[in-house]
Parts: sequence; structure tokens; C-alpha cells
Amino acid sequence: MLRAFRADLHIHTCLSPCAELEMSPRGIIRTASEKEIDILGICDHNSAENVPAMRHAARPFRISVLAGMEVTSQEEVHVLGLFDSLDSALGLQEIVYAHLPGENDEDAFGVQPVVNEEGEILRFNEKLLIGATTLDLEEVVSLIRSRGGLAIAAHIDREGFSIIGQLAFIPAALPLDALETSPAMPIETARQKFGSRFPMTSASDAHRLDEIGRSSTSFWLAEGTVAEIRKALVRQDGRKVMNGKES
Amino acid sequence: MKLRDIADTFDFKVLTAPDKLDVEVSGGYTSDLLSDVMANSRPGNIWITLQTHQNIVAVARLRSLAAILLVNNRAPDEETMKTAEQEQVPLLLTPDPAFLITGKLYLKLSQKD
Repeated sequence: MLRAFRADLHIHTCLSPCAELEMSPRGIIRTASEKEIDILGICDHNSAENVPAMRHAARPFRISVLAGMEVTSQEEVHVLGLFDSLDSALGLQEIVYAHLPGENDEDAFGVQPVVNEEGEILRFNEKLLIGATTLDLEEVVSLIRSRGGLAIAAHIDREGFSIIGQLAFIPAALPLDALETSPAMPIETARQKFGSRFPMTSASDAHRLDEIGRSSTSFWLAEGTVAEIRKALVRQDGRKVMNGKES
Repeated sequence: MKLRDIADTFDFKVLTAPDKLDVEVSGGYTSDLLSDVMANSRPGNIWITLQTHQNIVAVARLRSLAAILLVNNRAPDEETMKTAEQEQVPLLLTPDPAFLITGKLYLKLSQKD
């Protein structure tokens, strides 16, 4: 049976150096539950290491946690990769790590704790997660899609780290699954401004608890999975994108 | 000043469109944000950047830029080279970083003949 799912496909956890430490698995899940979010995309910068804890924390709730990552391409374009399978996300992570130079400076950028579902720190990730990979945009999109993931160009309405800001326009043959607009631009405005070549989604890009769900996308799906969202983006089998909801 | 004289003076490696060097250079623009280059560069500018994505060729063409100068010896990929050759946009290469070569070019272009 198909029904409406409210999705926030782009949130960070405490692993992202720029996110608040309050972005713990339980804190995130509790907040998402209060805001009636059905699907969460966990998209830390260049890492998926907090996805397992997020999935554990989500178990008692009816919230689907998608394994994701916000990859920074060589051109400094942010691209979301969203997967059903944790292994697929970790496979991407392995390649991203191999192409991500530098070490994190906690004083300059913030700490990068890998946590369990209780929010207890297991270790600190020492890579420069805030940095850019040496993978070009086409490679990033191809790495995501070849593993069955959705490749979504992040916050295209922003100047910084967006495909439009960095590269002025979307390369003709780039097989993106969708474009994402930030909470600063409503989804309808984004559709008018950036055209209908790609489906449009809207997400919070939350770095703090109170930002979760400030912008979201509603889908008409059978279940909260990447496979279902992929169908919705291409309007297959009755699945569809309904609208972007601001909270 | 002609693009060819500039390329010779600073020993830039000419990667593409060697027949397009006899144009007058109006000045320079240094930026790695293509949206910014679209908005603020001027026709005839030499564009100094480290971005090697093939979109740079389209931006250079749309803005009628004289050439794209890639810094830090950042060689472009095959797609970018191919597009630049097709579109006849000169791609130049220098080992200098952007600050240094921008300074050198600024001094050269502000000299009175």
C-alpha cells in the first residue's frame, strides 16, 4: 500500500566537524520523531561511520535511516550519495578515504567523534573530512550510482560548495538523480529557477537538532527506502514526489 | 598586449588552440568559482584558475575570454582538453600558484608600451 513519507534526506551527525555535538543518534531520532519525519538521510562530510549507530538508535521508532554521505568533489561540489545498503555506503567511503588528503585539526574545524547508539564516543576520525577529495564530479556521481545509490546535487541554491556556484551550470551528460534545494529556497522557487531537467528535493542540511525537518520532501511510497525513492523521482509504479514541506 | 606575447614571456605551456593566440588581452580575472567568473569577468580577459572541470571551457566561451590559465601545473582531463580544442579556447598551463602568476601578469599588463 502506498502512503505519504516525510523525508529529510540531508542531515549531519556529530561526526561532521561543523555539526554540533548534540547531533547524537538518540537526539537526532527523538527530534525527527517529534517532527514526524519518516525517512532520514545521514550525510556526514565524506564519511558514513555514524550510520550504524543511527540505524541502531532508530530501531524502536518507525523511522527509516538511509546510509549516506555528502561527498566533496575535486571541484568542491557537494554531492549526496544515499544507499539502502550500509556496505554500499562503506564501499564508497573506502574510495573516498583513499582520495581524501589531510588530517583534521580539531581546533580549526571541530571534533569528529564516531559514536555508538548511546552517543558514547568510540573513536575520533582523524581524516580531514571537511576537505575536498581528488575525485572529480563525474567520478563521484558514477561511484555513487554504480553502487546502487542516489546521487543528489546538494543545496544548489547556495553559492558555496554547490554545483551551480562552483561550476556555473550542470554539465550536460551528468546523470544526477535529483537536485536539492536548501531551506533558504522553497522547492517551487527552485523548480522555476533551475528548471525541470532533474527532479527537485528539499532538505534541512541540519547541523543542529533544532534544524532537523526545517525543510523536507514528501514522497508517495510503499516503504522508506532508496529503491522506492528512486521510483518516486522518475514517477514509476505510482510512486511520486508530492511536495516540499516547510515546518 | 597579445596573448601570444604573454604566453611567450611567462613560458606558459599551450595545451589547446595554438592558432588562437593572436588576440588582444584586456586584463585578467582570478577566481575558482565559475558562477563568479560568469558574473564578473570581462571579454578578452585571461582567466586564472585551478578548476579543470570541462565547464570552464563553456564559461570562457560564453564570456569571450582570451584564454584559461591553469595554475600549479594542474593538467586538465581528456574531456576538458577535447572540448577546449573543439571550441578553440586556449588552455594554458603554468607551474606558478594563482597569487604569484596573477601578480606577474598584473605588472606586465599595467606596463605602458
